[in-house]
Order: sequence, then structure tokens, then C-alpha cells
Amino acid sequence: MAHPRRFAEFGLVLMACMAIGCHSASVEAAPPDVKAAKQRKPAPEFTLKDSNGASVSLSEYRGRVVLLDFWATWCGPCKIEIPWFMEFEQTYKNRGFAVVGVSMDDDGWEVVKPYIQSHKMNYRVLLGNDHIGSLYGGVDSLPTTFLIDRDGRIAAVHVGLSRSKDEFRNEIEHLLSEPSQHAVQREARVAAPDRGAAGSGGAGSGS
Amino acid sequence: MLLLTAALLVPAARAQGPNVLSIGEVPTLHLQRGQAAEQKLTLQLRPGFHVNSNKPNDEFLIPLKLTWTPNSAVEAGAVQYPAPKLENSSFSDKPLSVYDGTFQIVTPVRAGAGAAPGAGVLNGKLRYQACNNRECLQPKTVDIKVPWEIE
Repeated sequence: MAHPRRFAEFGLVLMACMAIGCHSASVEAAPPDVKAAKQRKPAPEFTLKDSNGASVSLSEYRGRVVLLDFWATWCGPCKIEIPWFMEFEQTYKNRGFAVVGVSMDDDGWEVVKPYIQSHKMNYRVLLGNDHIGSLYGGVDSLPTTFLIDRDGRIAAVHVGLSRSKDEFRNEIEHLLSEPSQHAVQREARVAAPDRGAAGSGGAGSGS
Repeated sequence: MLLLTAALLVPAARAQGPNVLSIGEVPTLHLQRGQAAEQKLTLQLRPGFHVNSNKPNDEFLIPLKLTWTPNSAVEAGAVQYPAPKLENSSFSDKPLSVYDGTFQIVTPVRAGAGAAPGAGVLNGKLRYQACNNRECLQPKTVDIKVPWEIE
């Protein structure tokens, strides 16, 4: 026995996928340390100040892949990654990607601003604190890097300098190639009033 | 146990991850009035880790620093740090100036000529920041307590 409602829902999602370029079939196999979408947990929300004094919340980045890098000016291994992240910011910013650095310097902007300037960092840097550290599991070691998918979920965590630049790049590109569930659902909702009637009718007539 | 972990001596100002630096037993200073002596602080790092020396080669790096709280009975002199090791690293043009393994920091101390006989504690703070070649740990400040007795 067919279920007209299910057919209708499937039709909606299918049309939404077609409308926004849902291409999960073309998504390459996930790099080994990128969690499957169903296993990802939401990245804890936070609001911190950037170097201009503006409040920045993680939720502002929903819909984009975010590389959230906990670092400090006194951290040598962080210094290796920063030029990579600057390149990623430049390369992928127009594809829905952003690097967000969170400095864990106790001495604050007094040391962080000169570092940003001297290293010509091109991505947004926020000043972290103990609270965000505990939200993200302690962040005892720096660098600690979180890759967050378009739906605000943690797809990968890298503690220390554990990745090559190319491995980071592969992970970013994989996440950029994933469809956003939020976008799919939003499109489905938008499509529902018009498509819904047709979809229900079609499914109903076919049963 | 010869070496106590820094965390066992006194809690750090912030909870900051694993301890990789152990501080050797701090013996009591037995002094006569007006007598000079040396306080030797023995530090041991977990293999693979280093701390910056007291004079790192980069303005952003955090130096090892031992400071003493002024004390009317036992005066601490200028802290003497050991010669650092110079290590090449992939993230610095200049060699890093570091300590690793086991090393000692020496502080000359002197009992005041007019100090009353008795016992007390010389309080200090040791600040350091440790890294290995892949990661760095948050800076730590630990309290150092040196018991003394003036006869």
C-alpha cells in the first residue's frame, strides 16, 4: 500500500535538492578525521569581541564552513598554521568559508593586535577566555582547531600541529561540498505551498 | 619521591591542562643571622617538552621567571638561570632559547643580620610556558614555598 503523504514529502525534498544543487552523490568520500554528518554535535555558541571591539557570535556564521582556530601569540606551532589559514581564507571565502581565530592570550589585545599586524593576518580574530575554553573541552593545548560544517556542527577537531596544509585543505573542500541540511529544509519549506499540492495530488493519483 | 608535581605544591592560578614540569623537593634553609646561602630549585620537564628560557629569542614568547616575595628575615638576591639550549625550530628563523630535561635555578639568599631566630617561609612564584614540537600548553604560574629556620 503506497503512502501518499510520504510520496509527497519525498517529492518536496527531491525538488528542493534539485533547486539548490543537492549533490550528495557527488560528494567525495570524507577524509578520515571528518565525522559523518549524523555523528556531529553542535558547536557551542559563543559571543566574543574582535579587534575592533565588535561582538561576534558563532551563529553569525551559520551556513558557512568555519575553521575555528584556538591559538596564542606565544605558541610556536600555531605560527606554522596561521599562513595556511590565511591562504584558506583567501581561497575559499567566496565559497562559504571563514576562518575565525580565537586568541587565548592572557595579556589580551595588547599583545594580540601587534601580532595580527606583524603577521598580516587576514581573518577575523577574537579574544578568548576561560569560558569559551571550557565550552570547547578545555583547549589545554594550542593550536586546537575545530572544523564546523554549514549547519554549525563540529565535523573535526585537531589538537596540536597534527595536520598538513593539504590535509586541512581536503577537509575544508569536503565540507564545502556537503549540502547544508538547513538549506535543504528551508528550500523545502519555501517550496511546500506551491509544490505541496502538486506533490500530494501526484502521489495520490498514483496510488 | 624526589620530584613533586607543580600542581601538588600549590594549585595554579587557572586550571590549565596537564603538568609537564615537576618541581624537586624544596629543602628547609638552615641559616645563621647574617649568613648567605643558595636556594636551588630543581625542575624537570617531561621528555619532548621544553620551556622558554628566561630570555627567549622572540618578543611574543613567555620567559621562565622566578620571583620572590620580599621578606624581612630572609632576603632573596638576583635569580640565576642556567645557560639555555639553542634549538632550531620550523616556526622560527632564530634558534629557540629553551630549557629541557632537568635543570636548576639558583637564588642567593641571606638571613638578615637583625633577624630574630625562628622559622618561616620564603614565598615565590614560578611562571613558565611549555611546548613540544607539535603543541603548546597554557602558561602556568605556580607558588614556590621555601621553609627557613634562623638559629
